Amino acid sequence: MKPAPFVRHVPRTLDEALKILTDVAGEDGRVLAGGQSLVPIMAFRLAKPAHLVDINEVEGLDKIADDGKTLTIGARVRHAAFHQPVTANPLGALLSYVARHIAHYPIRMRGTFCGSLAHADPSSEWCLTSATLGAVMVAKSVKGTRDIKAAEFFDGIMSTNLKEDELLAEMRLPLLPADAKFGFYEFSRRAGDFAMAASLVTYRLDGGKIVDARVGLGGAEASPRRIPEAEAELNGKAPSDAAFRAAGEAASAAIEPLEDHQTDAAYRRDLVKVVVRRALEHSLT
Amino acid sequence: MTDKTAITLNINGKDYAIEVEPRRTLADAIREDCGQTGTHIGCEHGVCGACTVIVDGAPVRSCLMFAAQADGKTIRTVEGLADGDRLHPMQQAFMDNHGLQCGFCTPGFLMLAVGVLEREPNISDEDLIDVLSSNLCRCTGYQNIIKSVRAAAQEMRK
Ligand SMILES: Cc1cc2nc3c(=O)[nH]c(=O)nc-3n(C[C@H](O)[C@H](O)[C@H](O)COP(=O)(O)OP(=O)(O)OC[C@H]3O[C@@H](n4cnc5c(N)ncnc54)[C@H](O)[C@@H]3O)c2cc1C
Ligand code: FES
Ligand code: FES
Repeated sequence: MKPAPFVRHVPRTLDEALKILTDVAGEDGRVLAGGQSLVPIMAFRLAKPAHLVDINEVEGLDKIADDGKTLTIGARVRHAAFHQPVTANPLGALLSYVARHIAHYPIRMRGTFCGSLAHADPSSEWCLTSATLGAVMVAKSVKGTRDIKAAEFFDGIMSTNLKEDELLAEMRLPLLPADAKFGFYEFSRRAGDFAMAASLVTYRLDGGKIVDARVGLGGAEASPRRIPEAEAELNGKAPSDAAFRAAGEAASAAIEPLEDHQTDAAYRRDLVKVVVRRALEHSLT
Repeated sequence: MTDKTAITLNINGKDYAIEVEPRRTLADAIREDCGQTGTHIGCEHGVCGACTVIVDGAPVRSCLMFAAQADGKTIRTVEGLADGDRLHPMQQAFMDNHGLQCGFCTPGFLMLAVGVLEREPNISDEDLIDVLSSNLCRCTGYQNIIKSVRAAAQEMRK
């Protein structure tokens, strides 16, 4: 259970980091952020990168900025930064609630938001959040900057559209309307385990009716995404048990469920009904 | 380089000048290179929490950090909790409440609980359970660990 040998690079500036990343990209060079996914994978020798570009000392990547429209989260911002709301906008409370479901306290002290996105575990809470809210990922390399929409960023299980020489320098989340409601629910076998299915919902009420519904689903398919069929069951209706159940049913029917040796497709479909309904119920509390 | 580099780990106020490969984990360096064997290693992949230490005020898994990343940082391990013969309130509470049996997990639980309570002294009893769910114990059934940490939390708030 010891990682294979590698060369560690410790850039201090973003330019330096991008240059090193370009130089080592061809030799299985990888970014080391919080290390909370990469180091276990290296300990199991599932990954044996020859070079690690450790970004923990890079200046300027530790910022969270709220410009009144968007929340920008730098590559060194750790999960624990969200334990308390980072903005008075409802997005702050949303992120804070979701963050408590990621792994455990000591892991949240090191793991980063952007590292979760780059790692792209189908169950990742931050991947679900990004897909649901329409995040933009800012990928940088020596060649320039690419803005990638969440819907195009995730590319299946633990796979993204980041190129080998690209650093996910920051990500942007649109702030929510001031009257936005949100709900989140995830199911896992033990506290802190990866979710077997999770749902994040946001909407507004206009004259007592749901508008702008977003229903995101994670852990159930290869990548997290919004489920338009479930959203259609909600828009224009007053929040009710019947509407919430209908949304859960619609999501359950719409997905291509992941299967593993413990969980077959039928089980996941059932689970999806429940997590979507419970996320919606949570939005009323 | 994959070659060894010279680093200094400051553990419980004492500097250890050591040479490590980049792949050396902080947990291994603390134990093997600095001889501080109070920090235990269980799973080596972040799941059990036996290796929890406090780095610059943050409780972290020392098996998921490389030693070179802790160069120049302030590290606290179980050996640094007691003040001479006086046990830390957390250690005393574990004794008083039978919070350990074999003791293998105990250094990790102590550093986790102390680390979190120093950052968040007024954390609720309910949230403490969530914090403690981070570490594994094969003996106690957790109830006495929870009791110990709640008792120490009250003591530490005084
Ligand atoms: C016991 C345990 C339980 C966990 N439970 C959960 C959970 O419930 N939910 C969850 O979401 N996660 C969980 N995690 C994983 C944790 O959230 C990680 O922090 C996260 O997945 C990766 O972030 P990191 O900063 O640690 O990245 P690292 O481990 O450093 O890197 C992960 C991958 O992303 C790449 N990478 C990282 N940052 C960048 C960047 N800025 N640009 C380009 N590539 C980059 C790395 O090269 C590597 O391939 C758990 C981990 C452990 C050990
Ligand atoms: S040895 Fe580090 S968490 Fe198990
Ligand atoms: S006391 Fe034996 S593992 Fe916890």
